Amino acid sequence: MGSKKKVDKESSETNIDATELANDQNNESDDDSTKLTKEEAKKYYEEKGIDLSHDVPIHVQPIPPFEKSMADKIVSKFGQKVVVDYVRPNRIRMNTKREDILDVAYFIRDELKFDHAESVGGVDYPDSKEIEVVYHLGSYTDEQLGNKILALATRVPREDIPNPGNDSTRTPSLRDVFYSVEFHERECFEMFGVFFEGHPDNRRLLLPEDWADIPPFRKDFKIKGR
Amino acid sequence: MTTQLPPGIQLETIDDRIMTLNVGPQHPGSGHMRLIIKVDGDYIVSCDPDPGYVHRGEEKMAEYRNYIQNIPHLERPVIHDSCNILYPYCLAVEDLLGIEVPERAKYIRVIASELNRCIYTLYWLAIYGIFLGHSTMFMWPAGDRELFIDLLEAMSGARVTHAYFVPGGVRNDLPANFEERCLRQVNYFEKRIKEYEAIFYQNPVLKQRTEGTGILSRMDAIRLGTTGSVLRASGVDFDLRKKEPYDVYENLDFETQVMKEGDSYARSRIPYLEMFESCRIIKDALRKMPKSGSVRTKLKPNPKGGNDESYRRVESGRGSLGFHVISNNRPEPYRVKISVGSFRNLICIPYLLKGEKLGNMPSVYWSLNYWPVEADR
Amino acid sequence: MLKELLTPETAAHTTNVLVGKLGDVLVRAIGKPLDYAINWGRLWSLWPVHLETACCSVEFGAASSPRYDVERFGIIEAFGSLRQCDLIVVMGTITRKMAPRLRMVYDQMADPKYVIAMGACAITGGLYFDSYNVLPGIDGVLPVDVYVPGCPPRPETLIQGCMLLQEKIKRMKAA
Repeated sequence: MGSKKKVDKESSETNIDATELANDQNNESDDDSTKLTKEEAKKYYEEKGIDLSHDVPIHVQPIPPFEKSMADKIVSKFGQKVVVDYVRPNRIRMNTKREDILDVAYFIRDELKFDHAESVGGVDYPDSKEIEVVYHLGSYTDEQLGNKILALATRVPREDIPNPGNDSTRTPSLRDVFYSVEFHERECFEMFGVFFEGHPDNRRLLLPEDWADIPPFRKDFKIKGR
Repeated sequence: MTTQLPPGIQLETIDDRIMTLNVGPQHPGSGHMRLIIKVDGDYIVSCDPDPGYVHRGEEKMAEYRNYIQNIPHLERPVIHDSCNILYPYCLAVEDLLGIEVPERAKYIRVIASELNRCIYTLYWLAIYGIFLGHSTMFMWPAGDRELFIDLLEAMSGARVTHAYFVPGGVRNDLPANFEERCLRQVNYFEKRIKEYEAIFYQNPVLKQRTEGTGILSRMDAIRLGTTGSVLRASGVDFDLRKKEPYDVYENLDFETQVMKEGDSYARSRIPYLEMFESCRIIKDALRKMPKSGSVRTKLKPNPKGGNDESYRRVESGRGSLGFHVISNNRPEPYRVKISVGSFRNLICIPYLLKGEKLGNMPSVYWSLNYWPVEADR
Repeated sequence: MLKELLTPETAAHTTNVLVGKLGDVLVRAIGKPLDYAINWGRLWSLWPVHLETACCSVEFGAASSPRYDVERFGIIEAFGSLRQCDLIVVMGTITRKMAPRLRMVYDQMADPKYVIAMGACAITGGLYFDSYNVLPGIDGVLPVDVYVPGCPPRPETLIQGCMLLQEKIKRMKAA
């Protein structure tokens, strides 16, 4: 479990590193074992906005060094183009812009030895008018990276009346970098309307052939009765 | 044609050599999906999978129900392996809500997960036998899985859709004489599945039909991002229970089964060998389990998660199953993304069937451990 | 007496009555046993089409397993073409993509044919009643004979549903 509070996505992303470090130092100095006392637990839950019984014990873990070194390698190569979202045991996440995502992906594949994508999913944020595409990357060949997942996220602008394939919701496809994203990107296209440039086959996969409505996983699409 | 054809179904012009076949949803060898196969004589020229016949929109509906109401929903994609598909969801939600699971519940989860893995593998072997025309291989595993279904019925109350795992542990404790009963059945089971060697795996007809077909090399298996027994049959030693142990798998001893050939015979043999390992795990876990203790952490009604996300994965019968759960201060999750092993292995079907003979299609297709209902979610 | 009945004025009427009574006797002597024999043949050899639609297909497979053996009722999963099958068991959820194909399969079967709706999803949409891609029950697509509720129904329930269908067939006219 991570030891930082996740800042809401609408605010600026450059503040994340600072608050992450501050929270770490706070938590690590508060307890000598990893367990928090009742008052700290209450404060933790209130900060996170979780509505739970305060008797549920929490164990806080410090930032792991190996993942931090990987994150530092990427940040040192790309600088401001890549923003590290969180670094937790076995999980790293970075956000990048869609113009740079191909370079970052090539770097991750060649230098850091991640060789396949586990899943490609989209998340719809109608308030900030963006759709986020998240790639979860894993590695089979490297011994140490067997249990680590690197999440690479990018945002595309979103229009109110979608026209899948012909409007501004598009991002470069990572099929040349990781061949395993082929069917995942097709599914993301039909469910969110995000067009992947460079993908040879942007076609329907799961929906019926005569689907004429907006892409169903967007938040405007309400299922019946709700 | 006098009747109006439904949309999406079109008549293809029959070329001189290339013919299009619909191995469709109603076919003794296809399961719940369609494969559009173009053949030239007896050889397959191209294959285009057409899934989506059971697409029910699980991920969209999960956003309208709260964390506990999602449990019967999210177990329906693979109803006979339901514990293993709920497992990463429970782990991810426990991360988000900050819950710690009691020790006895972890052991019970491991036992239920391994029993489910055996049940799934036996059903898969039964269907594999019937696709190849070996009806004894349908009857024997289908009958043997009833042993384990009885055990799970004693634990949870239902035959297939158990809804047994909840965030915080399991729903209820084991019945009183469960341990002796489980040990007795697992011991009988280990002796019983050794008989499958003679009728199935050493059967010369089966070996001729499956050996050497649909060969997937090691580099291709990694590049295509396959997972589960398909990956281990091609020589990659990757099992999530060893690489990223969740719950108490680090205390139990078992081995990963790896084979090097990468053909259909190897892919059909790996789940069988893993059943022996599952029996070892169950016996070990029964020995090491704490004899008493609570099995569920109490939560407030309608728990809400903070602005956070979590990605957890688990080794199920088909491969690694991952859940990406995003929450934002409401009782319902904001987004649930499921990454299933069947959908990741879907990319192998057009890749492997190119150049194969048409008669080899069932043996290659079903050996990829593909369950169409799960891939469509 | 016969002579009086067969006078030229009443001959037509009497012949009608005689033919009517002869018809009744024939129906009772030959027609009913023939109906019974034909229906007996039909209900002890219902062959289902191999069309798995969704999750309930696992319990249908379990019903064919040695413990709940549905083969003793004649319901063998004949893996031939669907032209020689006469029962279609709709197992589970029918999505919008599957519905036209289901109708095509039903139209291609030869008469007489029967339909069993198995599972809550086939009856009313079940657990997925509010999904965007699921039909709320198959009543709009096929004429259903027997509804078997459950999610999924136990194999014994499915066998009871088949026996109800057999009762229904016994009462039908063999035509």
